[in-house]
Amino acid sequence: MTAFLTSIGYNSWILPALLALPVVGAVLLWLHGAFVATATPEGGVARAPRTIALALFVAELVLSMGLWWSVDVNALAWQARFDMPWIPSWGIRFTLGLDGIAMMLILLTTWIMPLAVLGSWTSIRKQTHSYYALLLLLTTGMLGVFMALDLVLFYVMWEVMLIPMYLIVGVWGGERRLYAALKFFLYTMLGSLLMLVAILWIGMHNGAPDFSYDTALTAGRSATASLWLFGAFALAFAVKVPMFPFHTWLPDAHVEAPTAGSVVLAAIMLKMGTFGFVRFAIPLFPTAAMDERVRGLMIGLAVVGIVYGALVALVQPDFKKLVAYSSVSHLGFVMLGIFAMNVESMQGALMVTINHGVSTGALFLLIGMIYERRHSRLIADFGGIAKVTPIFAACLTVVSLSSIGVPGTNGFVGEFLVLLGAFKSAPTATVIAATSVIFAAAYLLWALQRIIYNPLTKPENEALTDLNWREIGLLVPLLAAIVWMGVYPKPVLAKTEAAATRLVQGVEAAMVARPSMRNR
Amino acid sequence: MLITAPTGAHPLADTAARFVWLVPLLPLAGFVINGLLSLLAAANPGPADPSAAGHGHHADGHGHGHDDAHGHDDPHHAARHRFAAVTSLVGPAVLLASFGLALAIFLAMRGVDMHAPYVQTLFSWMPTGDLHLDAAFQLDPLSMVMVLIITGVGSLIHIFSVGYMVDDPGYPRYFAYLNLFVFFMLVLVLGASYPVLFVGWEGVGLCSYLLIGFWFSDEANANAGKKAFIVNRIGDFGFLIAMFLMFSHFGALDFAGVAAGAEGLGLGNVIVTAICLFLFVGCTGKSAQIPLYTWLPDAMAGPTPVSALIHAATMVTAGVYLIARSATLFSLAPMAQLLVALVGGLTALFAATIGLKQWDIKKVLAYSTVSQLGYMFVGVGVGAYTAGVFHLMTHAFFKALLFLGSGSVIYAMHKAYHATHNHEDAQDMRNMGGLRAHMPVTFALMWIATLAIAGIPVFSGFFSKDEILASVFARAQHSTLADATLFGIPGTAVLFTVYVLGLCAALLTAIYMTRMMLYTFHGPNRTGEAERPHLAEAPWVMTGPLVVLGVLSLAGGWFNLPALVGFLGPVGTLEHWLEPVVGAAQLTVTHGEAAHLSHSTEYALIGAAIAIAITGILVARARCRPEALVAAKDAPVEKGIERVLLHKWFVDEGYQKAVVTPTVGVSRVVLWKGLDIGIIDGLFVNGSALLMRTLGWFGSQLQSGQVGTYAWVLVIGAVCLLSAFRIH
Repeated sequence: MTAFLTSIGYNSWILPALLALPVVGAVLLWLHGAFVATATPEGGVARAPRTIALALFVAELVLSMGLWWSVDVNALAWQARFDMPWIPSWGIRFTLGLDGIAMMLILLTTWIMPLAVLGSWTSIRKQTHSYYALLLLLTTGMLGVFMALDLVLFYVMWEVMLIPMYLIVGVWGGERRLYAALKFFLYTMLGSLLMLVAILWIGMHNGAPDFSYDTALTAGRSATASLWLFGAFALAFAVKVPMFPFHTWLPDAHVEAPTAGSVVLAAIMLKMGTFGFVRFAIPLFPTAAMDERVRGLMIGLAVVGIVYGALVALVQPDFKKLVAYSSVSHLGFVMLGIFAMNVESMQGALMVTINHGVSTGALFLLIGMIYERRHSRLIADFGGIAKVTPIFAACLTVVSLSSIGVPGTNGFVGEFLVLLGAFKSAPTATVIAATSVIFAAAYLLWALQRIIYNPLTKPENEALTDLNWREIGLLVPLLAAIVWMGVYPKPVLAKTEAAATRLVQGVEAAMVARPSMRNR
Repeated sequence: MLITAPTGAHPLADTAARFVWLVPLLPLAGFVINGLLSLLAAANPGPADPSAAGHGHHADGHGHGHDDAHGHDDPHHAARHRFAAVTSLVGPAVLLASFGLALAIFLAMRGVDMHAPYVQTLFSWMPTGDLHLDAAFQLDPLSMVMVLIITGVGSLIHIFSVGYMVDDPGYPRYFAYLNLFVFFMLVLVLGASYPVLFVGWEGVGLCSYLLIGFWFSDEANANAGKKAFIVNRIGDFGFLIAMFLMFSHFGALDFAGVAAGAEGLGLGNVIVTAICLFLFVGCTGKSAQIPLYTWLPDAMAGPTPVSALIHAATMVTAGVYLIARSATLFSLAPMAQLLVALVGGLTALFAATIGLKQWDIKKVLAYSTVSQLGYMFVGVGVGAYTAGVFHLMTHAFFKALLFLGSGSVIYAMHKAYHATHNHEDAQDMRNMGGLRAHMPVTFALMWIATLAIAGIPVFSGFFSKDEILASVFARAQHSTLADATLFGIPGTAVLFTVYVLGLCAALLTAIYMTRMMLYTFHGPNRTGEAERPHLAEAPWVMTGPLVVLGVLSLAGGWFNLPALVGFLGPVGTLEHWLEPVVGAAQLTVTHGEAAHLSHSTEYALIGAAIAIAITGILVARARCRPEALVAAKDAPVEKGIERVLLHKWFVDEGYQKAVVTPTVGVSRVVLWKGLDIGIIDGLFVNGSALLMRTLGWFGSQLQSGQVGTYAWVLVIGAVCLLSAFRIH
């Protein structure tokens, strides 16, 4: 496989190709909508857009799969690097590149997107051309964030993904979609504005303007400057993660977003925040990030998020909101793992990042499926439906178990590694965080019971149909991943091991080199 | 599958033991087959298969909520599952094959020096950073004993299930869960490290959850399953912390590495003690000890063979296994050991008191199980690991027999009530009585089990229980435990207290078991005139396994005869067998000498134990008058202490009020409505939006378009500016 990829020069063109394909696809889709498509019958679903979109996303997935073999995760240099001048007078370049972490997140993205399209298959009925075109643009933005090695390019991509998501929530969302979309937009926007200022400051403090990531990585800064810059980046990322107390946009956005929107939000967009910490905020400003107070604050907020998210999830009447709050809890694990700063916890954090994409993505898909049939997400509207929809019930059970972190599923591996590693550096915080194994079981099993178990009392539920083959088909890869990564996570861990180790060692080296700390 | 044997030189490497991975894999295959059959039927409901579409299910519209054997409810509507025949074959067959393989491995292990375990590494599980965690199985005498119990007793219960469950619409699903359970249970006892053990540990909890709530359309069943899982998770939290401590202090999570690390720290070290205490938190959950025992009685909501397999013979003993497996650690932490023994003793007595007043035949057995588990913890707690495991084994025999026997009784009762369309409770002993005449085989076998659990000589339970109590007595006088203290109380005092608790519990055990037998099988029948002719013995597929268990309950004592009765057969077989695993740890506790009581003391202790057992039976005979009992629907309401015991000392209600309600209430009112919606979202997020809007509104008011207003503002502004300059 590797030889074949080398022979076609895969690494030299793959990253720009992955960015370009969705954009081109989006344009084609719009043109198709404007000039080719005929009016669809009332109440029907236009077939062409979803088919075109699916074909494009599958092509994107197939294209990206070569990365698994072509990327040398142990190499020190950026992989599949692509570099060309963009705005030369300001020192801005179009630089792309990967390490193991970015590669896994890109594969997660290209893998989730076709499933999200399949999940929207029959539920999106208006302006389907625009909808799928926006999903394509969104993909470019998300992939760009994972690839960018120029700070300005990173910022542009960061904002690019904001607008399609704003529109997806605002146009195809639920009843309070406008409020939710605006809240999502403003929250993220306000968070990232300071990051822009920080990026400009960094780029302008290099003699000649230079926004490349590698330059920023090696530039020396005063401790105060580092602290402020870290704060600006951290705020943008903390909103995106979201860390407590910046999380309140998430439940609203999740509840109002259409299924694919929720899936993409949970599975990929939240990971922009944690990725931001791993790629930018920590390696660029290691001494600031590892400052006793800063680190204590971050770990504290992570643990609060873990427990708080779980407790609030416990009492949610709306299943989508429950999952949204459970995301706050899971992402807390990621943050704990990152700031505990050892290889095990970091690897655990990356594992949780991927796991959460798989399990929470699957949960939102399942909620979407049942919503399409019943037009309700309220837990109280269900009960006993395992009787009429046994396959749905089986899938929901497996996915919930993964989210709870039962051993044998992927969820366990991630949480276990985070806690195991974090216990070494922050035992008290870890013990508090570990209580969420109890709360997670409580909120999900309680919800599960009220949805699929108990007596089937509501007449509306008696006629529910079980999952069809399309729905089963789109869940099977997710279920397979849940078991595979739980039983044999080694291949995934191996892909991120080198990058995680390098990050941890880099931070340790920076802390040792920090003069003030040594003298104190 | 990549299988490497790093211990290539191990004498077992070239024997049947190299197929040890197949032992758990066979039940897993059974799970896959039965699970697919279940889903296949769900995906394509045939025309002649109304059950698969979910109609004509059990439990519909029947008032008796916790009643068992619902599957037999409606033979007219609920046709047998389409794939019932395949399931009947596959489900038990995989277990029997597993058992056969286990026997072959056992035969290979005899005569081999097992001081080093045979470790089989399947693949690398979580390799990252300093963590090198393999998916590896470990065969040693201890895991061998457990594997034989699990697959052996498991096979019998699987066969029994064929008769008991075959008419249930969820039949393949039932066997899928049951097979999966055995898989996880085998992973639990075969795992070569704490995390692999933990996979099995949580996996069996999951299967327990699924099987307790098997008839999920009944809210009580679904509740019971959920409760079991969540309470177990509280224990698992402790287990996790223990593993974190091991990793951060020893850098290892495999049994050998952790034991070596603990030995490096020495006796009474605070880290080792902490690890042991946290492990024991896990045990109190899984093995239903105070304070986390409350889930087990509720777990009786599951089908009765499940209660026999999971909630009596195997899963609930996992905590005992865990302590025996961690013998090296516990023997270095006398304080933790004292606590284990004390909690075990308290649980043994406390649960026995509740067992005195239950009317549901399965509830009696459930509290009896909690109580007997307490004994096992007393055994492993005082460092008599063999005695604990011995009792685990005999208990697996006689308690499985009691549960399956009660299953037979419930099956008969249910059939009788069903035939007459009566919706009385088929599990309430007040509706039974005089079943001796109708089910003589079950009657005889259950008496064997009752005498065994009560501790009447030559029955298996006598030997194992006596060994535990004798060990406590011996170690109270001379051991590291006697020298240690627990909360400032000398170990000797603690252990004598435990001994007395054990004796009291033995008395109560004899009483409540005899009571159960009297009310069920003796006296006049209270089932009902119309129902009586329908009461009959279950088919042989169910009674057959009972007979095998009956023989084991009777003769199980021969697996570890005490020296005192050396004339009966070989002495201390199990003791010798387990010596390579727990021998050193046992010697640590007893200061390096074999714990021995003088023969006269031993005779006195045995005499006391026998006297207590017989007293218990006689007390029950005198106090419980089956002739005076009336059927459940006519029974008077209990008062005073009887009511307290019937309601299980109101512990569940207490937990609900003290833990569950406040947690949910605080989460809803304070955290969600107050902090999340009120303060963060209301005050800060929407508040800042409101502030902006308000400022904007003021700004817009200035833009009134009135030239006069603008002129005034201009003048005021100019004056302000000028005065500002003047001040400078």
